[in-house]
Amino acid sequence: MKSVGKNIPRLDGYDKVTGKVKYVDDIDIPDCWRGEVVRSDIPYGRIKKINFDKAFDWDKVMTCTYKDIPGKNATIFLSDDQPILAENLVKHVGEAIVLIAAPSASKALEAKKHITIEYDTLDSVLSIEDSRKRKNVIFGKDNIQAKYKIEKGDVKKGFAEADFIVEGEYRTGFHEHAYIETQGMAAIPRPDGGLTVTGSLQCPYYVLKTLKSALLLDETKINVVQAPMGGAFGGKEDYPSLLGMYVALLSIKSGKPVKIIYSRDEDIVVTTKRHPSIVTHKTGVKKDGTITAMEIDVAFEGGAYSTLSPVVLSRGVIHSAGAYKCENTFCTANCYATNNVPTGAFRGFGAPQVFYALEMHIDKVAERIGMSPHEFRLKNCVEVGDRLSTTQLLKESVGAKECLEKVLSAADFGKKWRNNLDTCAFKHLRTKKGIGLSLYMHGGAFTGSGEGMKSEAGLRLNKDGTISVLTGCTDMGQGSHTVLPQIAAESLGVPAALVNTAVPDTAVVPDSGPTVASRTTMIIGSILVRCAEKMKKKLPDLKKRDVKELLKTYYSEHGELKIIERYILPPEIKWDQEKHCGDAYPVYSWAADVAEVSVDAETFEVSVDKLTVAVDVGRAVNPVLVEGQMEGGTLQALGWALMEDCIYKNGKPVNNRFQTYIIPTAKDAPEWKTIIVEKPFSYGPFGAKGIGELPLDGGAPAIANAIYNATGLRITSLPITPEKLYSLYEEKNKIK
Amino acid sequence: MKRRIKLNNGIINADADPIRRLIDVLRYDLQVTGTKDGCGEGACGACSIILNGECVNSCIILFGQIEDGDEILTVEGLLKDGKLSRLQESFVKNGAVHCGACIPGMLLSATALLNKNLKPTDEEIKDSISGNLCRCTGYGKIIKAIRECI
Repeated sequence: MKSVGKNIPRLDGYDKVTGKVKYVDDIDIPDCWRGEVVRSDIPYGRIKKINFDKAFDWDKVMTCTYKDIPGKNATIFLSDDQPILAENLVKHVGEAIVLIAAPSASKALEAKKHITIEYDTLDSVLSIEDSRKRKNVIFGKDNIQAKYKIEKGDVKKGFAEADFIVEGEYRTGFHEHAYIETQGMAAIPRPDGGLTVTGSLQCPYYVLKTLKSALLLDETKINVVQAPMGGAFGGKEDYPSLLGMYVALLSIKSGKPVKIIYSRDEDIVVTTKRHPSIVTHKTGVKKDGTITAMEIDVAFEGGAYSTLSPVVLSRGVIHSAGAYKCENTFCTANCYATNNVPTGAFRGFGAPQVFYALEMHIDKVAERIGMSPHEFRLKNCVEVGDRLSTTQLLKESVGAKECLEKVLSAADFGKKWRNNLDTCAFKHLRTKKGIGLSLYMHGGAFTGSGEGMKSEAGLRLNKDGTISVLTGCTDMGQGSHTVLPQIAAESLGVPAALVNTAVPDTAVVPDSGPTVASRTTMIIGSILVRCAEKMKKKLPDLKKRDVKELLKTYYSEHGELKIIERYILPPEIKWDQEKHCGDAYPVYSWAADVAEVSVDAETFEVSVDKLTVAVDVGRAVNPVLVEGQMEGGTLQALGWALMEDCIYKNGKPVNNRFQTYIIPTAKDAPEWKTIIVEKPFSYGPFGAKGIGELPLDGGAPAIANAIYNATGLRITSLPITPEKLYSLYEEKNKIK
Repeated sequence: MKRRIKLNNGIINADADPIRRLIDVLRYDLQVTGTKDGCGEGACGACSIILNGECVNSCIILFGQIEDGDEILTVEGLLKDGKLSRLQESFVKNGAVHCGACIPGMLLSATALLNKNLKPTDEEIKDSISGNLCRCTGYGKIIKAIRECI
């Protein structure tokens, strides 16, 4: 193959290393006003009064409230419970109430100081526990935003057959995306009376949907354009629908272009986070290592509005029993509303929380029966022919065992694990080494029959003899707009240099569905393969030497050639949403991690020396980009495991700055060993499956297990700080 | 306040309020937008520039601190006669660039390092970019890209 499997440098690389790339705040928009947002500073309450300071000169300042929204005051996702601007109730700190625009940023900021809000405060609910016991009912009848149950076999029977029953509870907190480019958007009036909304956003058609419904405009009057994105990781999936509305409302009312760029502290306070979780496990196991039953309960915190929580919880619970053979599984899940910031999409989408719990718990189960963590996983790891907890039969493309075998051998796991076992030595050494393992997977694309929504993508022959990929999916840094042209070029049989991706503009590109769920390469890629087949039939023989000239000539003779195709869900996929039973995903990507750590015996600081990561991605379309995803996603998991701690006080993050919310630096990064396994998926483009989210799922438990191997301390809540390790050490020694 | 400075490959006259942040003068007054604002408090390094040979955070320097004759290098100045510098080329080739938001600052930190230290160790490379946060990569490919330019 000439394009697929090749390390073609990313197509936007040149613009990014020269500073030529224009992110939204770099775009010079003439006569552009700047916007600000007045927000709730209490977690729950009724708005009594909005005071506009009479002494302030409001001339040349535009303000908007919910009364300026002509249509529906809601973001359009699964349910429409989140208002764009608060009407008389605020349900979390940072909820938007009044919008301001002024000719300069300083003037807008000045105006903000002259608006005050009076409230009647209400009794807020700020934790999963308080929501579960209904300290106050703030959502529906019971605070539950979503709930599921998954049943396979008979757990009662499974527990009866077990020699041992092992229980555990695992907790994780909020997790901040910390993309380097903060959220920002602009609305620009068009000469034809319409409006263009542009900015840092993952899903142009999501934003368009809310704009259409709230502004009562159709797509001839409004278009959404993705500007180059400085990172997103899910954080720019749902939130831009709100920010897009803010700039659109201000622009329509003022008649001016309006831009809002968040400062870092505002971004951390108001945008979504990863769902905090409490996951409990009860596992039945025989002496020989056979898992007889798994009972799992997953509780997520959804925050003030449901946004994407029902699907995050669904993905979480589906992944909660992991990649293990077990006949009897029973998984329950609830997402609880609180008066904290709405939690939303974050790379992994519910899976990192459940894998942190499961993969720590599996080590505990193995220890109970005296088996090593690797032998236990090798014995129970799923293979082709096995069924997952949703009863999904794994028919092909299952690289779990191969990933496991490869990381074990590359890291020399067994030997190091045994050598580190003497945790008594912990206090006698300056540093103590530890090694830990995790096995995990991630379902590619939407859950169940979700991909039946018939996403569209296309190819267009341009006048200059190049070909453009037309897709509403966006490149947020992951490299999809290099990978998709590689797939198209390979399918068409033209040099990769001739194919590019059109700027995602809803006026130009079709609705390919959102850029989420590790679906772009697999779903959009496979539509492009079909587009290429059709396009090839129309074009002359492309095996000739000067393909570009040939294509130019074709264009001059026939005009533009555009092929748009729809995604076709593999016909054998059967899913019962009600029972959460059947083929949860078209296919899974599989992975295993080995973490090697050093724990300082005096300070209890943990450094990760090496991470060995193996992934089965079906086919690596661009191996360097795949490695980039593996390393980057795993480093985010490292941050979540060891240092990233969102501290909330009365619904407000205390550490909403990069000085106080600490993410990994180059000094925290380990040595990397990445191994790519390719078990092709027959419906994926050239066999490819998803990679984007997978690497965040397995890093934290591998590190936690390595810390246990080093110290004998099992920390069951993230992040694993030196303080927590020290406290547990002290507690254990007191008991002794 | 008026200052005559060397900005990348040319001499310019800049006129701005002395209490304006240098990054804002560069980005909004002079339209040199390659330099990014990631945190506004010198914690992320996205705004790194080279000022008189030293790598500094332009978000915590005021225009009033700039003197006549100062030399400022931003990412735009790394391109020489339309050609990428070795570091720029190496970053693209090695997959060190993902979303790109940290890259201008990262490149300037690396440029400042290699200007002073022709043979840095891996630890010295890590030290030099430890003030530049990257949220996309695992830093490994960035370190490799810099190492290949030694």
